[in-house]
Amino acid sequence: MTFLFYLFSSLTLLSGIMVIQARNPVHSVLFLILVFFNAAGLLVLLGLDFFAMIFLVVYVGAIAVLFLFVVMMLNIKLAEINEKRLRYLPIGGLLGVLFLFEVLLIVDNDLIPLLIYGNIQALTEYRELQFIDWSNTIHTVTNIKAVGNIIYTYYFYFFLMASLILLVAMIGAIVLTMQKGIRIKRQQVFLQNTRDFAKTIRKIS
Amino acid sequence: MDLVKYLAVSMILFLLGIWGIFLNRKNIIVMLMSIELMLLAVNLNFLLFSVYLDDLIGQLFALLILTVAAAESAIGLALLVVYYRIRGTIAVEFINLMKG
Repeated sequence: MTFLFYLFSSLTLLSGIMVIQARNPVHSVLFLILVFFNAAGLLVLLGLDFFAMIFLVVYVGAIAVLFLFVVMMLNIKLAEINEKRLRYLPIGGLLGVLFLFEVLLIVDNDLIPLLIYGNIQALTEYRELQFIDWSNTIHTVTNIKAVGNIIYTYYFYFFLMASLILLVAMIGAIVLTMQKGIRIKRQQVFLQNTRDFAKTIRKIS
Repeated sequence: MDLVKYLAVSMILFLLGIWGIFLNRKNIIVMLMSIELMLLAVNLNFLLFSVYLDDLIGQLFALLILTVAAAESAIGLALLVVYYRIRGTIAVEFINLMKG
């Protein structure tokens, strides 16, 4: 389990680095897919099987494929050799340091239960206090069942709101990218239905 | 459960997203991908704390974040396609018409 965690997390971080520094955007998208796969692996390690599957379906199946389509559709000149890559390093580093500072301000002793006890001996004693929840082994609720139990009953407003967000996004994307030019071939149902076979097909001799 | 290790992973992933936006000023698609990385890190954080605190609301919220992420990327890429159709390029340094 620990080995799998280190494998998944290190691969996630390495692919994350590759996403932001790959020169070809197609490579970036592919490394993004790798990040999502490894994040799904981490979720499986956490016991959230349904969310791992949803991550794969939504992130890889929808978002990454969308990115791939757009990258391949637009004509992007790859490898403008950016020697000025480190131009924004000072402000980026400053932001990173600020972010780390703020997070480490929050992730302190309250969040790490082992550090409360102070010394190593208490730490080992605490570690021996693990137990097995026997009721959990008899009666288990799967992840998807638990989420479905709350999402369709108590929190169905959020569910409806999510569906509305998706609807707005779909309509917005369609309206934005639909162009009414003359180059687009459209269906003209009446003309197509009334087209006479005997007049259109003829033998040239 | 190693809360701190998982937290470190998602924190570094979020930091990579921030750096992807700030260090990579050429390519707007990579910036959108960095936003996706940040959303992924936030989502991992929600799910992690949902498991750690044994609270199901975090998973519900992660589902909503997933929805918003999908909508955001769809709208963003649609805007990108429209912009490319008008300007013929998507280089970030030319998007300065509204600079004033």
